[in-house]
Amino acid sequence: MTGPSAAPRTRLRELLAPWLFVVPAAVYLLLFFGYPIVKNLGMSFQQYTTATFYTGAAPFVGLRNYAEILSSGLFSRALLTTVLFTAGSVAGQFVLGLALALFFRRSFPLGGLLRSLLLLPWLLPLVVSATTWKWMLDADDGVVNNALRALHLVPSGIPWLTGTSQALVSVTLVNIWVGIPFNTAILYSGLRNIPAQLYEAAELDGAGPVASFRHITWPLLRPAVSVVLVLGVVYTLKVLDIILVVTGGGPADATQTLATRSYELSFQRFEFGRGAAMGNVLIVLSLVLALVFLRADRRAAHA
Amino acid sequence: MNSSARPSARRITTLLGTVALALAATGCGGGTGAASAPDKVTSLTALDYYTDATEHAQWSKRLTDCGRTAGVKVEHTSVPAPSLLPKVLRQASSRTLPDLLMLDNPDLQQIASTGALTPLDRYRIDTTGFAEGILSAGTYRGKVYGLAPTVNTIALFYNKDMLAEAGVAVPRTWGELKSAAARLTRQGRYGIAVSANATPESTWQLLPFLWSNGGDEKHLDTPQAAQALRLWTDLVKSGSMSKSALNWTQADLHDQFAAGKTALMVNGPWRIPALNKDRDLHWGVAPLPVRQKGQRLVTPLGGEVWTVPQNSSPSRQEKAAQVLACLNGPTTMLASAKEHFTVPSRTAVAARYAEQVPSMSGFVTSVERARSRTVELGVKWPGTATAISTAIQSALTGEQTPQEALRRAQRTATGS
Repeated sequence: MTGPSAAPRTRLRELLAPWLFVVPAAVYLLLFFGYPIVKNLGMSFQQYTTATFYTGAAPFVGLRNYAEILSSGLFSRALLTTVLFTAGSVAGQFVLGLALALFFRRSFPLGGLLRSLLLLPWLLPLVVSATTWKWMLDADDGVVNNALRALHLVPSGIPWLTGTSQALVSVTLVNIWVGIPFNTAILYSGLRNIPAQLYEAAELDGAGPVASFRHITWPLLRPAVSVVLVLGVVYTLKVLDIILVVTGGGPADATQTLATRSYELSFQRFEFGRGAAMGNVLIVLSLVLALVFLRADRRAAHA
Repeated sequence: MNSSARPSARRITTLLGTVALALAATGCGGGTGAASAPDKVTSLTALDYYTDATEHAQWSKRLTDCGRTAGVKVEHTSVPAPSLLPKVLRQASSRTLPDLLMLDNPDLQQIASTGALTPLDRYRIDTTGFAEGILSAGTYRGKVYGLAPTVNTIALFYNKDMLAEAGVAVPRTWGELKSAAARLTRQGRYGIAVSANATPESTWQLLPFLWSNGGDEKHLDTPQAAQALRLWTDLVKSGSMSKSALNWTQADLHDQFAAGKTALMVNGPWRIPALNKDRDLHWGVAPLPVRQKGQRLVTPLGGEVWTVPQNSSPSRQEKAAQVLACLNGPTTMLASAKEHFTVPSRTAVAARYAEQVPSMSGFVTSVERARSRTVELGVKWPGTATAISTAIQSALTGEQTPQEALRRAQRTATGS
C-alpha cells in the first residue's frame, strides 16, 4: 500500500485529508448557521408577511423595518429591560456560581453527590422549571409568599409576577437559578486546574484565604471566568422561553425584552420582516458586547 | 498521525455517501405517496390543534366516518395550538399543506389572504343556513374559505353553593356583578376571575364587556371602551378579583373555579366536560352581565373553521371538500356539538339542539348574536388584539388609567 509506486497518490491524499476534515464542519456551519443568518438579514429588509410564505413575494423596503422598530417607544423600554435582565442575571449567576464552586473545592463527605445534584436545574426542561416557578411565585397561593407570610416577613403577599417592577426581578431570579449550574460547573473545573502547590507556597508565605484568592485563584481563574461571562451574556440576551412561560412579557410589557419582542412581532403579529430586524439588532448587540468584553479581558490579562 | 488520518478520511467519505443515499431514499419515499396514483385518491391528510386525548379521538372518529362516505382514509394529525400557525406557514412555503386544514376563526382571513386556501364555492358546498357571525369569519374578500361545524363563546360560570351561601343572585348588570363579587369574596377566595394575561386571550375575555357597552375595536379611545376596562380595574381595586388574573389563562381560571378559589369565572363551554367530572362542584352558566339593563349582549365568536388548502391535485381537493361538507352537515354538527358542548353553526340545527340540550340554551342565544373578531379589521386584527391586551395589563397593574391605556392602544394599533 505504501510502496514507492503509490507515492504520488499518497501525496494527493495528504493534500486532500485536511480539507476532508474541514468540509463536514464547514458544510454544517454554512447550512445551519450561515444560511439562517443570511436569510434573516434579507428578511429584515423586506416586507415579509404571512402571504410571503405562500407567494414568495416580499417587496424590498430598505431600512424601513429598522426605522420602525428603532423609533417605536417600545424599543427603548425593551432595550432597558434587556440590559437590566442580562446584567442582573449574569451578575447573580456568576457570584453564586463562584461561591458554590469555591465551596465544593473543599472536600467533605457527600461533596461529590451534592455537586452532581446541583446540576439538576440544568437537566430539567426549561418549560417545566419555568412553570413550576410560576406556581411558586403566585401572589395568593404561591409557596414563596406563603413562606414569607408564615415567617411574618411581609404583611400581605409580594406581587412577584403581577407588579410591574417586581416581575422583572422575578424573571431575573428564575434565570439566575437556571444559570447557576452552568457557572458552577465551569468555574469548578477552572479551580481544579489551579495547582495545589501554589496555595501551599502562599500559606508558607503567610497569605490568608483572602490574599490567596486575590493573588492566586482570581488571576489563574481568569480564562474560565471570561468563558463563563461571555457565554452568560450571550445566553441571557436571547432568553425567551423562561420569560414567555413565567410572565409572557407582561405585566404591561414590564418583562418584554428584545428577544420576546422579536418573537411577538414574528409569531403573534406575523410581521416577519420587523421580527427579523429586531432579531438582527439582538445579534449585533450580543456580538458587540462579546467583542468589548473579550477585548477588555485581553487587555486586563496583559496588564 | 499520518497513517491514521487516511483510513478515517475514507471512513468520513463513506459516511457522507451513506447520509446522501439515506436522504435521497427518504426524499423518494415522501414523493411516491402522492405521485403513484394520480387519479384514484385513497387517503387524505388533516391537520388541527385538538391535542387533548379525548378530543383528538373524537375528531379522528368523525374524520374517519366522513372520509368513509367520501371513499377515502383520513390521516389525522394534531399539533398544539400555538404551533399550528407556524407549522401552516412552513407548509405553505414548502407546498406541503394538508388536504384538510383546521384554523381558529380569527386566523382564517390572515391565511386566506396569502392565497394558500381555496374558496369553497368551487366545490359547490352549501353555505346557506349558517349563522351570520361564523360565515363572516370564514369569508375573505367576499368568498367563503372556511366553515365551522360548531361555534362557541364565553359566559359567566357561577358556583351555585357559594351564591346560595352568600345570598347572592346571578348578576345581570355590571353594578350587580361588582356587589355580588364583593359579597362572594372571603378569606382565601375571590369573587370573580377573568383572564387578563399578556396574550390575545385577555382581549377575547374583555370583548363581550367592550362590545355590549357600544365599544368598537376600530376606535378604542372611546368612553364606552374605557368603561368596560374600568369594570375590570374596579374589581381588582375592590379586592373582588385577584391581581393574578394578569397571569391566568382560561385553563387557570378553570383550576381556580374547580378549587373553590373563585365563585364566578368568565369561560367557555369547552370547559363543561371537565367541570362535569367533578361531582362535588355545583355550577351554573349565565350570560355575561351588561352595564345597564336593556343593553344587548354581544360576545366574541369562537370556533374553528375547516378549509381546503391549495395543492396540485384537483381530485384530492374535491375529496377533501366532500369530507368538509360532511363535517358541516346537519347530522355531524349536531353530534359534535353534543360531544364538545359547543353550538351547531347552522341556525336551524342550533334551535333543535337547544331543545334537546336545555343546559346549552344560554350559549345558543349568545352565539346567535356573537360577533366575529375579524369582521371589522380583517387581517389587521392580530395587531389590535395585542394592543388591547397590553392596555388591559397597563390598566390592571395601575400603570395607566383605563382611558390612557386604551388611548395608547389605539395609537399602537393604527400606527403600525
